[in-house]
Amino acid sequence: MSFVREKYLAQTPPPVMTAGVLGWIRENLFSSPGGVLMTMLGLYVIWIFAPPLIQWSLIDAVWRGEGRGDCLVKGAGACWAFVNAKFGQFIYGRYTIDERWRVDLVFLIGVLTIAPLMIDGLTGKLPGRRFFIAFGLLAYPVISYVLLFGGNFGLTIVETPLWGGLLLTLVVAAGGMAASLPLGILLALGRRSHMPVIRTFSVIFIEVWRGVPLITVLFMASVMLPLFLPAGTNFDKLARVLIGVALFSSAYMAEVVRGGLQAIPRGQYEAASALGLGYWQATALIILPQALRLVIPGIVNTFIGLFKDTTLVLIVGLFDLLGVIQLNFTDANWATPQTAITGYVFAALIFWIFCFGMSRYSLAIENRLNEGTRRA
Amino acid sequence: MWRDPRIRAWLLQGLAVLLAGLFFWFVITNAADNLARLNVASGFGFLQHTAGFGIAQTLIDYSEASTYGRAFWVALLNTLLVAGLGIIFATILGFLIGIARLSSNWLVSKLAAGYIEIFRNIPLLLQILFWYVAVLSNLPAPRDSYSFASGGVLLNKRGLYLPEPVTAPGFEVVMAAVLTALVGVIVWRRWLGRKQDQTNGVISIYRAGLGILIALPVLAIAVAGTPVHFVAPELRGFNFVGGVRAIPELLALLFALSIYTAAFIAEIVRSGIQAVSWGQSEAAMALGLRRSVVLRLVIIPQALRVIIPPLTSQFLNLTKNSSLAAALAYPELASVFAGTVLNQTGQAIEVLSITMAVYLSLSLLTSLGMNFYNARIALVER
Repeated sequence: MSFVREKYLAQTPPPVMTAGVLGWIRENLFSSPGGVLMTMLGLYVIWIFAPPLIQWSLIDAVWRGEGRGDCLVKGAGACWAFVNAKFGQFIYGRYTIDERWRVDLVFLIGVLTIAPLMIDGLTGKLPGRRFFIAFGLLAYPVISYVLLFGGNFGLTIVETPLWGGLLLTLVVAAGGMAASLPLGILLALGRRSHMPVIRTFSVIFIEVWRGVPLITVLFMASVMLPLFLPAGTNFDKLARVLIGVALFSSAYMAEVVRGGLQAIPRGQYEAASALGLGYWQATALIILPQALRLVIPGIVNTFIGLFKDTTLVLIVGLFDLLGVIQLNFTDANWATPQTAITGYVFAALIFWIFCFGMSRYSLAIENRLNEGTRRA
Repeated sequence: MWRDPRIRAWLLQGLAVLLAGLFFWFVITNAADNLARLNVASGFGFLQHTAGFGIAQTLIDYSEASTYGRAFWVALLNTLLVAGLGIIFATILGFLIGIARLSSNWLVSKLAAGYIEIFRNIPLLLQILFWYVAVLSNLPAPRDSYSFASGGVLLNKRGLYLPEPVTAPGFEVVMAAVLTALVGVIVWRRWLGRKQDQTNGVISIYRAGLGILIALPVLAIAVAGTPVHFVAPELRGFNFVGGVRAIPELLALLFALSIYTAAFIAEIVRSGIQAVSWGQSEAAMALGLRRSVVLRLVIIPQALRVIIPPLTSQFLNLTKNSSLAAALAYPELASVFAGTVLNQTGQAIEVLSITMAVYLSLSLLTSLGMNFYNARIALVER
């Protein structure tokens, strides 16, 4: 005779309402009367916005068509036919049609350079990484310029006023990014310099650029800059705008980099000096690699801001993606009530993909770099 | 000698000054040359000249016969108007979304995240143009305006019409009552606070204070009559009579600025609240404080310390971003002054310097105030 149970009872399943899908729903959506109310409110918001949006953008949308007639149908939604018809312009602007392969080639080389580097950022296993970086920073701009502008190697010249659309957006953004990072690092170092003159110059430069809106900088680049150059100097408008954008974003970049520099403990500087490294050696080999890694999110945020700000060039008369799309609203062949909305939504989608992609990518890099320091 | 860092530093700085001097000399001589060649007047005398153009929205008296100087003030006020309203709306919306982002309710939190990710990744200029061209210009004609609050608020192609507040004779009395109540409660509260520090007894004036704040104005209204009448807009012929009109440009700018900036503010609020460590609220609850008190006295003060600095820089961004109005002709500084005035006078250097100086002083003033505030609330370690 024994009072000890020898066999386990069969396990009963957990109560339906606390585990599994139902449990999750109860926990996260209906945890309290207030929670129920909030969920109802959320569902109501979705119900207001989602169905009309889907109806407009997909179900009632006009996908194919030759002209405004197709989009003037009663109850028609988005006029994607307009985007379809103008797609070439949206990408290349007024770039000579027979020469568009040059733009494609530039895009292709760009992707082939950046994609391995981006994958490397996540995995850290790229043989010859330095080659890719050097190519991207030094050779690629020259190649792009030669290909896009032409004039050498039997390529016909395509003047910059013809550049437009996504091409111009990417040129301004990439130019601004490539120039602002080195300039920003120099300015940040200058601001933390022990030399009073250098420090004052850097502080004034940074604060002035950060204190004014980009639009006044662009006005300055397009109206004032020619006045500052010797008479008769003809300076390309795109180049002037690029200079303005680069200087503007380098000031923001400087503040981001300064944040990283300030986070490096004093001991690192002292250790570098103790090793006999000079200022530039210590900065390049010890301080900057650590400081820049700390501020990757900030750098990417500045890049995202710069990318969004490229739209402002349309105010000084350059036709970036948004500018070209807006320009095409005036085409009588496509004048319908839906044209403008469709065009803006398309532009928003493109910009959103780029910006959202960049922010997600920076998150991924951040996570990878933090792996070594994260505690479980 | 070359190896002495001090001498090298002096030489380098001397070189920097020299280069800067050369640069400015180059720029100034060129500018003087060019201006002389183009026959453009220089100096700020143009501010006294007649402007000769109309402005769609003026907060102070202005006509085509007014001077450029007057136009500058009109434009500046318009900038401040849109920035001020934008800051108010963006802050309210941003705090709501930021708190929703932290909600334990999955759906609400995801909706807030969706809002943030959508609106902060679309260029502001695109959003402004979208509201202006795609939404507001598709509104009905004045005859078929959308009407809210039983005709008091009208929305149509020409803008938003709001009831106009008109002061009645009792206005001063009621205002005086409101002010007295406000000042009285604040002074009382301070006095009690000091007393509380001395005696350690907690005296709540929450209800009594609220009572005073409500009772005194109500009493004043009862004695002096309604202080403000609202005159609703009314369509007579082709125009509206009465009411205040917000032009579509202002609406589009306000919409876009508030929605865009709110996404950033929401993220700031979220990270600020998350920055207060969980132990703080646990400790407060262990002391027996109620949830509302924990929130009011423990979490919010600490979160604000993290939130305020980036929040002010967002306010500043919003103010600078209001210059994008140049794209849709809302008459503010960048479009009236750096746009129309510049084109009419051709004095690019003077006009742009004034414009940039205004924005620059706004931002320097803000950072000055910011530093002051920061010093006040900074962590005092005992």
